[in-house]
Amino acid sequence: MKVDQLSIFLENRAGRLAEVTRILSESEVNIRALSLADTSDFGILRLIVSDFEKAKEKLKAGGFTVGRTTVVAVEVPDHPGGLHSILEMLRAAKINVEYMYAFVQQSGSHAVIIFRFDRTDQAIELLQKNSIVIVPGEKLYKM
Amino acid sequence: MIFDVEHETMPREELEKLQLRRLQTVVARVYENVPFYRKKLDERGVKPEHIQSLADVALLPFTEKQDLRNHYPFGMFAVSRENIVRIHSSSGTTGKATVVGYTKRDIKNWGQMVARAFAAAGATTGDFVHNAYGYGLFTGGLGLHNGAEELGATVIPISGGGTRRQAMLLRDFGATVLTCTPSYAMHLYEAAKEMGIDVKELPLRIGIFGAEPWTDAMRADIEEKLGITAIDIYGLSEVMGPGVAIECALVKKGLHIQEDHFLAEIIDPETGEKKGPGEVGELVFTTLTKEGIPLLRYRTRDLSRLNLAPCRCGRTTARMERVTGRSDDMLIIRGVNVFPSQIETILLETDGLSPHYQLIVDRENNLDTLEVRVEIDEQVFSDQIKNLQRLESKIQKNIKEFLGVTAKCKLVEPKGIERSEGKAKRIIDLRKAKQA
Repeated sequence: MKVDQLSIFLENRAGRLAEVTRILSESEVNIRALSLADTSDFGILRLIVSDFEKAKEKLKAGGFTVGRTTVVAVEVPDHPGGLHSILEMLRAAKINVEYMYAFVQQSGSHAVIIFRFDRTDQAIELLQKNSIVIVPGEKLYKM
Repeated sequence: MIFDVEHETMPREELEKLQLRRLQTVVARVYENVPFYRKKLDERGVKPEHIQSLADVALLPFTEKQDLRNHYPFGMFAVSRENIVRIHSSSGTTGKATVVGYTKRDIKNWGQMVARAFAAAGATTGDFVHNAYGYGLFTGGLGLHNGAEELGATVIPISGGGTRRQAMLLRDFGATVLTCTPSYAMHLYEAAKEMGIDVKELPLRIGIFGAEPWTDAMRADIEEKLGITAIDIYGLSEVMGPGVAIECALVKKGLHIQEDHFLAEIIDPETGEKKGPGEVGELVFTTLTKEGIPLLRYRTRDLSRLNLAPCRCGRTTARMERVTGRSDDMLIIRGVNVFPSQIETILLETDGLSPHYQLIVDRENNLDTLEVRVEIDEQVFSDQIKNLQRLESKIQKNIKEFLGVTAKCKLVEPKGIERSEGKAKRIIDLRKAKQA
């Protein structure tokens, strides 16, 4: 039920992001989703890719510091209040969302949102109990 | 004015006789009371009675800063703790600070030396001293304080920090002498200017600046902006503190060493061989009168040269040229001594950070800045900004706590630090480029 996300440390200067995309492109790894968090000095690029292991290996060889983070891909009904009902559920269970970002592709009539929770296992359990669809990694990488 | 005419203008021959007598006494004393020196002297087969002339100082072993650290905290003291009336210490990580102790007489002598320094700078009993050196373990604050009182001047123990308040008091009290680091003098000047206070218009007339390297260009700038005479003072806590040597206001060419208290030598930092008069090398001091922690041939790592010619001011003491550099990698940041190895220790102790780091030292608005760049590795990397920022502030906090210096920490990519021939370039000092 979990999804592997690549996190990459980037110095905040021109060309560093392009270096990541160059390596991925040369390795024929496709980017499925991404988000970039930044400060004045550095940024953290978070990626869901078609081939996690390959991307990690190539980026490391390219001199980047890379980490693996477990995130959860959740189907969110694509209508007003769709996301809110899920967040409300999490709030009631006191599960914190560290960050989230939207997946590019839709899953049928649903949007897909990537969540990083402070308590991943409890979050999955809660979502499943409430019949929220979680997109498994294998499916997501190929979407 | 000369505060101690007898000792400061003593004919050279007589001075050297006095130095020899005191050298013989100190060697005998450390041989008796400091196991470290007894062992060192025995290893060399040297007995106190072998010291028959000043040239025989070459028989004595050197003392390094590391020796003081190895005997942390009180292992190098030559008297029992009951006879120590004060302790000072230089910054350092736990267990690595250098600790010095003073007897009542040491404090008295030190006060006299600093009083001589004030007088050489042109200060008299009627002066009003704004002492902005930090008070505490650092020798600057209390050292200058005692000297000003010994002279009979009025002293304002303002200490460091609170610059706007300092500018206000400088104006309201009408101090005539300012004592601090040269960079702080400029900082204070800028702060005063912002508040609409023109330091030039105040009664201030003398600045006694030390604890960090500065140039004649900086002196000219300070003198012009503050409308004062700026005097260089030299000292280091291991040897005594500020006041080991002082420029005279009359000539301002070289710092008069208090030779009745210290025997100065210049050596080749590589071979340890003595260098001739006028040759540049590392300054080495033997304390001649200190009781608490007498040191034989203490290696300062400061590069300078000696001038034995009598000075136009009337003093006969040797003058050391303004320190031009260091024979090791020590940095002086806002008057605080920082060794790259200390930063390395702090990084390793902070979540086992990688030893790949670089120190960028610069000067902004006349104040030194230190940036510590640390390469991030997988162990400490996180997908969350807050964790990395927490790491940065933790490093900053540890550096502040252990070394007493404010630093900015910046995480960089692996291999983000320039390496020359495989060896990481640890220090980039941009201050030097600006002075040139």
